[in-house]
Parts: sequence; structure tokens; C-alpha cells
Amino acid sequence: MVKVFIYPSTSLILSDMVDRWGHEPLGAALQIRERIQTPGFDSPPLQMTPDDPKRGLRYAAVEVPSGVRGRMALMGPLIEEAEAAIVINDADFSFGCMGCARTNELVKLLIRHRDIPILELTYPRSEEEGVAFVGAIKQFLNGLSEGAA
Amino acid sequence: MKEYIPTYEGTVTRYVFVDSPDITPQTLATRAYEVSEGVMIKETCFGLQVTGMPGEVDRLIEHIREMDPNHIFVKDRGFPPGDPRRCRANLGGARPGYYGHEFEIGLIRFVSHGLDAIELMDEQDYPEVKPPWTAGPGLDARTLKRIIDAEEK
Repeated sequence: MVKVFIYPSTSLILSDMVDRWGHEPLGAALQIRERIQTPGFDSPPLQMTPDDPKRGLRYAAVEVPSGVRGRMALMGPLIEEAEAAIVINDADFSFGCMGCARTNELVKLLIRHRDIPILELTYPRSEEEGVAFVGAIKQFLNGLSEGAA
Repeated sequence: MKEYIPTYEGTVTRYVFVDSPDITPQTLATRAYEVSEGVMIKETCFGLQVTGMPGEVDRLIEHIREMDPNHIFVKDRGFPPGDPRRCRANLGGARPGYYGHEFEIGLIRFVSHGLDAIELMDEQDYPEVKPPWTAGPGLDARTLKRIIDAEEK
């Protein structure tokens, strides 16, 4: 089983595909769950503590808005943990405020800087593209299994 | 500082989306209840939310996925169902994260078709992914005027 980082990190399609073919999808839900389901001190609303933006300093400089550093405190460890990545490049819905947009750019940059196998795709817009999309993901994930064996 | 005690400590929550011509969220929920053994199941408009200990949830998902593997999709969720920080009963409007699901569910029929198709293919026969579509030169004013005139007639 290979840990595969998915971008967009909330993607239903990618999360399902990676899980379906026997690998572990690394998405935002895992980090959120870790905070929400762990007892400790109350830090509403998302249990992000003042330490999280400090952890984000590892990925973004101090003059970068704290929103980016806070988000990177969630995404950064996943990128470091990843052994492979699948990126969808036309995920317009993940564009949000400037914090989200800049974090998205930084996440893609950090993934590309890591020396791991990366599959870059766009969303399928027809049945033919759907076949190619699913085929590419399956081929990529099977390749990871053979590499890990 | 106040102590924070999670509502369902140690549990995981998964979304189960169904986009099938044969299965409704209700049939999915009925089948899930048959094998739930203590796993909390919430039926929704798009499928289910399943909450429980990781091993139990995995077992249940494996079981219900068998009903229509190419039309049932599963994803992790960070919050348990009904959490006041995310539940739309408390917030009003759509739940944060709903828009992403709404967008992807609109495309999921192509993915289901892809899953059906590649089952019948050898790996070397998979079609290649085409480079992404890029916009050509913009619409020139003369063509635009011709379209407008055609509409008005």
C-alpha cells in the first residue's frame, strides 16, 4: 500500500479511486479528523492551535499571511508523508479566498519539488475522457504497486 | 482554557455517494443497517454517512460497495455527522464542502462509464489522456455580430 497525496485534497473522485485500488489517499479529511477527534484544549472552531501557524513556517515565510501558514500546517505534513501524488489541474471549485488560492499554488509547487511519481490530469468532460481518466489512474496506481513489491 | 472532548472519540466517518440507476440511498441504507453491528449510519440525499471504529466502517463499506461497485463512491470525512461546526442545521445554507461534492458528482457519470469500460479492456488498450483543452483565439466582433443578427431574425 502506497500513500498517495491527492489534489484537490477534498476530491471525492480521487479519494475513491486511490482507495478502490488498494492504496491510502492522503487528503485534508485525515488532518481535520486528527484535530477534531483528539481530546485536548478547546480551540474553536477547527481545533487549530496557535502552534499550527508556527508549524506552517516550515513551508511558508513569516510574512506570508497566517491563513496560508495555517493551511500549510495541515497540508505540509501530508506532502512530506506522500510516496506518490495525483493532481487534477482544473479544479476550479478549490479556488476560494486568497489564502486558499496561494496555498493551492504552494501545495502544487511542493509536490513537484518532491522526487515522487506524480500523475497530472484534468477532470473528464465526456465518456471517452472518463475512460482515459480512469485508465490513467489505474495504470499509475498499478505501477506504484509493482514498484513497492 | 476549556477542555475539549470529541463527540465520537476514536471513530472515523466516511461518505458513501451513490449515483446509480438501480440503487437509491434508501436501499443502500437498508443494506447497511443489515450489517451495521453498531456502526452509526445516516442516510442523506446523496447516499450515506457512516461513523464507527475504523475496522467496522471498512467492513461495512466493503459490503455495501459490492451492490454496485462502479456507481458507489467513498470518501473520508473529518467531522462526524451533525457536528454543529459543519451541520447546516446550525449554519444555514449549504454545508461547507458541499459545493466540491456537487461539482464532482456532476462528472461522476463519466468516471462510472470509465470504470465499466476498463473492466473489459487490457491495460495496454487503455486510451491515452488527451492534453487539456485550451481556448482558441477569441470570438471576433464580426462573427459575434453575425450570431446576434441570426438570433434576432
